[in-house]
Amino acid sequence: MIDLLEWTLESVGIITIVLGGFAYLTLFERRVMARFQTRIGPNRAGPLGLLQPIADGIKLLFKEELIPDQADKLLFVLAPVITVVPVVLLMAVIPFGPDLTILGRRVSQGLAPELNVGALYILAIASIAVYGIVIAGWASNSKYALLGGIRSSAQMVSYELALGLAFIGPILLANSLNMAEIVRAQRGIWYVFLQPIGFLIFLVASIAELNRAPFDMPEAEQELTAGYHTEYSGMKFALFFMAEYGKMIAVSFIAATLFLGGYWGPFVERLPILGPLYLIAKVLGMLFLMIWLRATLPRLRYDRLMAFGWKVLLPLGLLNVLVTGSLIVALG
Amino acid sequence: MLQPQMEITVDELRQLVSDRAVQGETMLLNMGPQHPSTHGVLRLLLELDGERIVNCVPDIGFLHTGIEKNMEAKSYEKALVMTDRMDYLNNLGNNLCYCLAVEQLVELDVPPRAQVVRVLLTELQRIASHLVWLGTHALDLAALSVFLYCFREREHIMDIFELCSGQRMMTSYFRPGGLWRDLPAGFDEAVRQFLSLFPARMQEYESLLTENPLYMDRTKGIGAISTEQALQIGLTGPALRATGLAFDLRTARPYSGYEEFDFEIPIASNGDTYDRYIVRMEEMRQSLRIVEQALDRLPKGPVRSNNRKFVPPPRSELGHSMEAVIHHFKLWTEGFAAPAGSVYLPVESPRGLLGCYLEGDGSPKPLRVHFRTPSFANLQAIPILSRGHLVADLVAIISSLDPVLGDVDR
Repeated sequence: MIDLLEWTLESVGIITIVLGGFAYLTLFERRVMARFQTRIGPNRAGPLGLLQPIADGIKLLFKEELIPDQADKLLFVLAPVITVVPVVLLMAVIPFGPDLTILGRRVSQGLAPELNVGALYILAIASIAVYGIVIAGWASNSKYALLGGIRSSAQMVSYELALGLAFIGPILLANSLNMAEIVRAQRGIWYVFLQPIGFLIFLVASIAELNRAPFDMPEAEQELTAGYHTEYSGMKFALFFMAEYGKMIAVSFIAATLFLGGYWGPFVERLPILGPLYLIAKVLGMLFLMIWLRATLPRLRYDRLMAFGWKVLLPLGLLNVLVTGSLIVALG
Repeated sequence: MLQPQMEITVDELRQLVSDRAVQGETMLLNMGPQHPSTHGVLRLLLELDGERIVNCVPDIGFLHTGIEKNMEAKSYEKALVMTDRMDYLNNLGNNLCYCLAVEQLVELDVPPRAQVVRVLLTELQRIASHLVWLGTHALDLAALSVFLYCFREREHIMDIFELCSGQRMMTSYFRPGGLWRDLPAGFDEAVRQFLSLFPARMQEYESLLTENPLYMDRTKGIGAISTEQALQIGLTGPALRATGLAFDLRTARPYSGYEEFDFEIPIASNGDTYDRYIVRMEEMRQSLRIVEQALDRLPKGPVRSNNRKFVPPPRSELGHSMEAVIHHFKLWTEGFAAPAGSVYLPVESPRGLLGCYLEGDGSPKPLRVHFRTPSFANLQAIPILSRGHLVADLVAIISSLDPVLGDVDR
């Protein structure tokens, strides 16, 4: 009974982080981008524009839900759901802090950080989202959406490999697939210092996996109007939006967990409740980096993106795994 | 000598696409007229093999305003207002082209001060136009911030125009025989301030794009054209100069006193999108030089011709000169008549060769007005430039030609 309560509370916490985080990440992005671009950004709704996400949400809720005549109705409605659900699931294995002892009961911070195949779980769940995008592109029965869907499936499948290889570095170093174990192993030194190449590969591959600028080919506004979600409106569009931004948050959490020492920071041992704060600070740093890239860089071309993924990132990832493995064997 | 790849036969145009499309091997995609990066209401019919462009057929006319026809129904002075609305990024340049044509038709003199001011403002307009181009070009390649930086600087120029004429865009500041009125107080400081500020800002844009490997990757070798091909289809302006031919009417056939200014015509060699970018960036620097020289040498004196048959007298004379009242009345009711005959006057707009053909028939209204607009002619290059490239490149190619649809459909 008490277990169930714990899981429920933790799940609610994670869903709040993803959904609330999504809403405020849009505001964060708009405000930060505005500063980059010598603008002010949304600051009218509430103090500092803090009510802007709510206003946007209400607007989208009341928008007409259009389903194109030629669309495959079932798949058209299903696609946003398939895209958004994995994003929430991804966060389940993130350890938010060291275990707490509340009323003599050991409570983990996070839903299932001790899952023994945590890293594999992340890779597996992250791949599901691509189905949503492909189906959206197909079901819309629109050429722009189709092009967007095809681009994204090719892109995500290609970069999944590099992403997987980037995971292997921390896994080898920690000798575990358990996310909590990987964080515990970073107590002395963050893996970003042991695996600088691995971190870079992870960064590039995950941004490509997210379809974020400069790798936002699938929804390249200037070419494909809006890519796979061209035909979507109202809440269904909001779900795609939510998936993209939720995934940004999830990937930032994963990056922080695998490479940036997770919840570690000064005084965490004495005060385990500080863990989540450090983790969120690192996540904010990652998010800022992504927004910064978007504000600065032009978009890559689709064929160059594929070439880069297969000819540069993949061999580099393999080499990184090889060197890491050899060093671990050689140094014991 | 036609290259095989640039032959567009009548058959091809009639059917618009290749046989492969009929058999369903290639996909037809309609791009525009409502599309974020067709720079207005350009429609392109694309035949795609995957994402590779087999065929591209531009379709224009969505912004047809009938400006040329409308001008025939207005007196020479009133028709001027319509030229602002043609190429809406080169308002003063259009004014200049039209005024020069009218002045040539009726043999009207322009005082030296007005000529220098015209050059000064037209060059500022060129910078403003190139800034909009740079911003939208960068935006099309998803370099979002450059767009807003460019518009920040353009705003300075717009303020200067507003200072002069009361309008930011549709200024109608140049009139046949000179200017609407003299430059206002504070003009000198405003321009000097812009001159001191702009070079550093140019540096800023260049640091974001010129050496950026992502940008170079997107533009180098994309949409290349040779000088020969460019001349065959009538490509002019920065797109022609990027192929290596230093053809610029400001030096080739100087007007409005351009021969007195010291500036260079920037060229490049490959004729691709990147070279068009380089040429335009350098042109902004050269325009800045012209503006500076013009400001330094700005002569004193009147800004309108004294020929009262064409230029209305100053208001101060109306109170004590019956003759002035008559001239004023005649000019503002009937307008001035132009002799029968025609003139064609080309000038260098930011987009290329802008020519004004005027035909008078002895009445106060033109018999025929026609503009040879650079955007219209340059648009012909899109099928040739884009063939074999990807959809993503097409966006870069369109923006590198800098078409203004108001300029295409007059």
